[in-house]
Amino acid sequence: MIGLISYLVFFATVASILAIAVLGLNLQWGNTGLFNGGVAAFFGAGAYGLLLLGGTEQADHIGGFELFYLVALVGGILLSGLIAWVVGILTIRLRRDYLAIATFGVAVAFENLMRNAEWLSGGAKGMRGFERPFEDSIGDPFVFNIIFFCFSILVLLGVYLFLEKLICSPFGRLLRAIREDEVAAQSLGKAPNRVRLIAFVVGSMIMGLAGGLYATFYAFVSPQDVLPTLTFQIWAMLIVGGSGNNQGGILGAFLIWAAWTASGWMLSKFAPVEAQLYTGTLQYIMIGMIIVGMLLWRPQGLLPEKLIVSQ
Amino acid sequence: MIQHLLDGILVGSILSLGAIGLTLVMHTLRFANFSHAELLSVGAYAALVFDGLFGALYSQLRSTIDPLSLTWSLILAILFAMIATGLSAILIDKLVFRRIREKGDELSMVFASFGVAMVLRNLISLFFGLKSQLFSNDIAFAVVISRDPMILVKPDQVFVLFAALLVMLLFHLILSRTTFGYALQAVAENPVLAQISGVNLSRMLMMIWLIGGSLAGLSGIFYGLNNQINPVIGRDLVLPIFAATIVGGIGSVYGAVLGGFLVGIASNLALMILPSGYSPAVPFLIILGVLILRPNGILGEARS
Repeated sequence: MIGLISYLVFFATVASILAIAVLGLNLQWGNTGLFNGGVAAFFGAGAYGLLLLGGTEQADHIGGFELFYLVALVGGILLSGLIAWVVGILTIRLRRDYLAIATFGVAVAFENLMRNAEWLSGGAKGMRGFERPFEDSIGDPFVFNIIFFCFSILVLLGVYLFLEKLICSPFGRLLRAIREDEVAAQSLGKAPNRVRLIAFVVGSMIMGLAGGLYATFYAFVSPQDVLPTLTFQIWAMLIVGGSGNNQGGILGAFLIWAAWTASGWMLSKFAPVEAQLYTGTLQYIMIGMIIVGMLLWRPQGLLPEKLIVSQ
Repeated sequence: MIQHLLDGILVGSILSLGAIGLTLVMHTLRFANFSHAELLSVGAYAALVFDGLFGALYSQLRSTIDPLSLTWSLILAILFAMIATGLSAILIDKLVFRRIREKGDELSMVFASFGVAMVLRNLISLFFGLKSQLFSNDIAFAVVISRDPMILVKPDQVFVLFAALLVMLLFHLILSRTTFGYALQAVAENPVLAQISGVNLSRMLMMIWLIGGSLAGLSGIFYGLNNQINPVIGRDLVLPIFAATIVGGIGSVYGAVLGGFLVGIASNLALMILPSGYSPAVPFLIILGVLILRPNGILGEARS
């Protein structure tokens, strides 16, 4: 029984962390129409930034400043925002496709840097040496996981409420106006590129927050955690749930993560041993098919965008 | 230095072939097709299949062409694989891209291409395994061109470079000498205007997928001749090919060729100062550099 609860807590913690990243993407894509092809990099910047600032001293890489947890978390978030800002000013005024390609490139370059720069990130071995906050004083890892789950849910709720407020505000109306008709927005005296840049940076910082929580939970991050396939999974969550709808994004995150873990479990349980090497392969085909199918038959997602009258 | 330059030119010719189709699709259909590079894998594996098939049917085809490590059956397989890749590009468009296009949402095309890439790459892994394969187990010996500085070239590399240049020359002649070529350029320039001028747009789009797909297939085969064939060729080459199209200017076929060579040479020259582990990041730096200095690329024109 405790095993099952412990597993459910584990599942729901990861799902709610991923849901936060999905909400960040929804601000960029769902509300502003910005294609971020490098979610993994912004997620990873939050994770690496947190471990770099908050971890204990290690022999094989820099960092280990042992900063207070929230300071380290904010540091990771700021790192994500900084990367987004640099890429954003370079590409956001260009054709939208350039943003997709440039952000995809950021993710490739980020993963590449983390894999090679051992002095910075521990290289392919990854970065460890992080003590989860209050774990010692709590003692029992099971209790810690439950408390951390509650913390993740609270953060998710906080981000959700913040974004709901944001999109119901005049600023949210402006985002959708720019998404729908940039020229019209411009003719009303708005500066689309500046607004886009803000949405892009804020969305990426929310992804960085998710990455920071992820790294806190595992107390470890390696280049394997920031592969371009993570970008793909998070996108799948948004498309399935319904882009433009924050509740849809959260629903999508839980559904896709459930489909992912359930398929992995079933393949490991029932598939012949030779096929188990291909578990990831089969899972990606499944998710890819779901994506293409959704775009073909229900592009608005399970929970479509609602019309909002901004106050 | 000269060795890096030579290697760069070779890689460049391979990237150019891949970039031609991508630039045409990106310009006419107006979406960044992240699945284009997977067509390189499709081509490489199709050639592997046809090569095995022809070799098994006619054993005399299995003799190698001296001094290359290529067999006659592989030469024949290349042609069939090119056509097969072109046809699969048309099929993918029919099944996915065209239907999403008709719904009118341009930006979800980019995401659909993400999904298509993921499905294609993993289907290839599933059918052909995750291990790397080779077209030929013969070891092709490199020819020493110069001893000081040491410059080595494999006969296969020379063949690939000249074959790629020949294909590009042929494509140039078609573009600049035939009515079909004019129509293709018109569509690439402005699809709507071309249609008004009497060009059958849907037929031309099919031709673009066929040409772009078969060139991508050829690019994948040539890449496989010089490296190994594995299911992640597409993932590794998608950024260099995007870099080539952006450097050249999206929509310009000649720009794509030029861009391919520039990216190939720059990535290889970068190896002189960067550890090789970082080389996958070089195309990204090239993209950023071009976007800052000349957002429309070398041969591209400003567009809305």
